Amino acid sequence: MKLIIKGGRIIDPSQQLDKTADLLIEDGRVKSIEDSSNDDGVEVFDASGLIVTPGFIDLHVHLREPGEEYKETITSGAAAAVAGGFTSICAMPNTRPVNDNASVTRFIIDKAREAGLARVYPVGAITRESKGEELAEMAEMKEAGAVAVSDDGRPVMDSQVMRHAMEYARDHGLVVVDHCQDLHLAAGGVMNEGRYSTLLGLKGMSNAAEQSHVARDIMLAEMTGARVHIAHISTASSVELVRRAKRQGLAVTCEVTPHHLALTDAAVVGFDTNTKMSPPLRSEEDRAALIEAVRDGTIDAIATDHAPHHSDEKMLEYDLAPSGVVGLETALGVALTVLHHSSAVPIARIIEMLTIGPARAFSLTGGSLAVGSPADITVFDLERAWTVDSQRFKSKSRNTPFAGWKLTGQVSETFIAGQRVRG
Amino acid sequence: MAFTRKDLLGIRELSVEEINTILDTAESFKEVSARTIKKVPALRGKTVINLFFEASTRTRTSFEIAAKRLSADAVNISASTSSVSKGESLIDTAQNLQAMAPDAIVIRHPSPGVPHQLSRMVSASIINGGDGAHEHPTQALLDAFTIREHKGRIAGLQVAIVGDIMHSRVARSNAHLLTRLGAHVRIAGPRTLIPIGYEKLIENSEGSLTVSDHVDEAIAGSDVVMMLRIQRERMTDAFFPSLKEYSVQYGLTLRRLELASSDCIVMHPGPVNRGIEISSEVVDSARSLILDQVTNGVAVRMAILFLLIGTESQ
Repeated sequence: MKLIIKGGRIIDPSQQLDKTADLLIEDGRVKSIEDSSNDDGVEVFDASGLIVTPGFIDLHVHLREPGEEYKETITSGAAAAVAGGFTSICAMPNTRPVNDNASVTRFIIDKAREAGLARVYPVGAITRESKGEELAEMAEMKEAGAVAVSDDGRPVMDSQVMRHAMEYARDHGLVVVDHCQDLHLAAGGVMNEGRYSTLLGLKGMSNAAEQSHVARDIMLAEMTGARVHIAHISTASSVELVRRAKRQGLAVTCEVTPHHLALTDAAVVGFDTNTKMSPPLRSEEDRAALIEAVRDGTIDAIATDHAPHHSDEKMLEYDLAPSGVVGLETALGVALTVLHHSSAVPIARIIEMLTIGPARAFSLTGGSLAVGSPADITVFDLERAWTVDSQRFKSKSRNTPFAGWKLTGQVSETFIAGQRVRG
Repeated sequence: MAFTRKDLLGIRELSVEEINTILDTAESFKEVSARTIKKVPALRGKTVINLFFEASTRTRTSFEIAAKRLSADAVNISASTSSVSKGESLIDTAQNLQAMAPDAIVIRHPSPGVPHQLSRMVSASIINGGDGAHEHPTQALLDAFTIREHKGRIAGLQVAIVGDIMHSRVARSNAHLLTRLGAHVRIAGPRTLIPIGYEKLIENSEGSLTVSDHVDEAIAGSDVVMMLRIQRERMTDAFFPSLKEYSVQYGLTLRRLELASSDCIVMHPGPVNRGIEISSEVVDSARSLILDQVTNGVAVRMAILFLLIGTESQ
């Protein structure tokens, strides 16, 4: 089986590659990159005028299966992923039951294989039922296919438990992913604490609630030598803490969501519950600091924190509605519009954060078009303008804060192991 | 000027002209309540639903009387008797109410923003009767009406608002309204109960909003002192150590009131905790306009109902 992706601008930050060329694929792997190629009798995908990159990797997705299939299933989530150009997604463990043992891990992997779309990498829980008390069976989950551990959404508050989790995860070569939030300091909060929470009378979550937890995790990383990944970083001081940790040589990485790059807490005025997420949308100063951290390389990955919720749930009172927004199908458009078209972040840097950046953070295969790599490829149009219509999402849920937004930059095709999967 | 809004959701959205239109209209309605036959036919055939998800005696009764004095049919629904307590969602509530074709819905709800959400789902006029710690526009309007009645103006006045600022929708709505009309508002209370950045709350304002470090500083030279109710449960949430300490440190006594201007008036949105945020002597003194506020509440709510749903019959 041969395929040529012809005449596209191939950008692969893993090998500092940026040139217009033909990408030759054979038996599901990258065979070569040629200036010109003979396409006799070979399937050709015309990529002229388009950008060709390694398939995108999302470190932070909620697939809701098992347990909340009315919000999303592994199949619908994987379909949303490939629609958005993601060939690999990491599934967070806060399902019902929690992915805190190998049987749940295997279930997720089997379901993903049946779906046959994006590659799904389960993230196991740090603690049993993510209760923050006893360690989950990390080694068994790793053997079953888990790539990292996290108690996402229910941060480990007991620092001694977190220390042990890091020590144990290090033994087993697992990255510890933390949703950084001091639950006491943020108690009852439903949005960012600041002028807008004061204006709207909604209870705020302070920047300090995130930063104090980031600082703790960095100290524990230093003490234990564990690899720590800060999920959906959202404040100026948090990125400064990570910047310093990296300078110090610690194994600390972080990700940012498209919505924290694009929106601020001003969006909450009007009480649209699709502006409610955790961490919350922050201030304009924080947003600007995140874009700077993208530019200077402090941020390793763009991750969506794709969090589907049924519209019945999102139609509740603001303080009662669940937190989270879907993101897989708008991530590229939002990232290109906000980072490249509006803030002049180089295109290669953005692609790095969608490909080799996340691959390295979790030691995943992929994220590269090096010869012999699996032919997971995303092709997109940097200049194509489109309007977000949530009714057309492949995801089962519609909870996006970007409905009606005009974005510039859209996925054209997604290939997994050389097969077109976007449909 | 004409009042063309569908809803009254908050003070923040209102222009100076709209605020003055409401206050002027209220003035003409105040006289109705002084008549022997306290009724005019302005809203005959209109239906007003009072939908209260929080306990309230004063506001609900005030709206009910206002509607009835304008000859509207007023229906009260409280959360305990409606199907809301049986797990009905906001949108189901909205659709059911809509099906009964009311002209106005007065809503009080513990969650900020519910009136705004509801206004997008129903065609009736929505009047915010208090949404969580967000806004309580009719209270602020009746407070402004009362101040204007006694002081002849609002612009240039020094107003102190003291107490639990954080959880107070009355303080927020008054901060918007009084500063928009040119008053200088000083906020005071325990720092634990003043949200960060409160002084940046206001916009498009002729007046000013400042946060004082001490109650005495806020009250000094004030023309108006507005005390807010302190709730017992704030104590268990570690906002302050005890009610006794609160009353000494932050309560309004005759002695503390001496710091204010000699013709200072005292207001309170009620219900009053005598001896806690305000002493009985102050409540019962000639300075206190607490009952005038209640009286004026009816006139102001008549004005709001009339301006929102009475235009066709005009």
